Amino acid sequence: MSNARIQLPPRILEGDVFKVRLLVNHPMDSGFLRDINHALIKRNVIRQLTCTLNSQEVFRAEPTTGVAANPLFEFHLRAVKSGELYFRWVDDNANIGELRHPLTVLPANSSTAPKS
Amino acid sequence: MTPMPKLSRRGFLNSCTKASLGVSVLASGSTFAQVDKLTLSGLADSRLRTFDEMVQPFVQFQTLKNEGVNLSLPALADNGHLVPLQLKVDSPMTEASHVSHIYLISQRNPVPLMCMFALGPWNGNAHINTRVRLSGSQMVVALARLSDGNFIYQTQEVVVTEAACVDNG
Repeated sequence: MSNARIQLPPRILEGDVFKVRLLVNHPMDSGFLRDINHALIKRNVIRQLTCTLNSQEVFRAEPTTGVAANPLFEFHLRAVKSGELYFRWVDDNANIGELRHPLTVLPANSSTAPKS
Repeated sequence: MTPMPKLSRRGFLNSCTKASLGVSVLASGSTFAQVDKLTLSGLADSRLRTFDEMVQPFVQFQTLKNEGVNLSLPALADNGHLVPLQLKVDSPMTEASHVSHIYLISQRNPVPLMCMFALGPWNGNAHINTRVRLSGSQMVVALARLSDGNFIYQTQEVVVTEAACVDNG
């Protein structure tokens, strides 16, 4: 089951700087709130999220309790060559989430498809 | 790739927690059962941190300038559980000169550091969007560490109507 969604621009040309949007489904329990029985909900936040492109780390986030539930991460990447984006995140319960997404970089002079 | 000893930050956080707990227990002076939930969560001591307290664990002895960072948060956030945060750091993002780390620091949250981002020249630009939690009206600091080891920052005041970290039920 995929518990994250990624959004890339429809068309990425070589040399472009494009935006990557990653939305992870995670409760990000801060450890300060209580449930309906007034019991403290144990802290469970994503400790580290890394994005790897062609086995090189290109983005790393280390959230604490200060990041909202279902965290959104938007960052930019420079398009050099095609490859695979690999996201991996670890939370306090040592659960590991993974997401793989292909990245297709078109040659800089390709103008066949209309820009949408 | 870590720019600073992690121990110092952790030590700072630990001491903050201990200090706030100690103060609140002394102030209440009664049994633990009567300590309210704000005290338990460390929020009764709603003292705002000073700017130095916020940035000193990260900056240490490097230079710090208020320039080149554009932090944009809503001036009035209805719900502190989810506050959109947009951050743009002016940087050519080349091998020689780029932003290596970005820290989002809160003035009032129980955990001062909200998020750390590690970037590099492959990012093209240092623009980040995310959504943070804010425990009450406060100042938010975006601190960026450049590849030469110096820091730039910008602050913004946010008014939060409903704070995160507090149960209303």
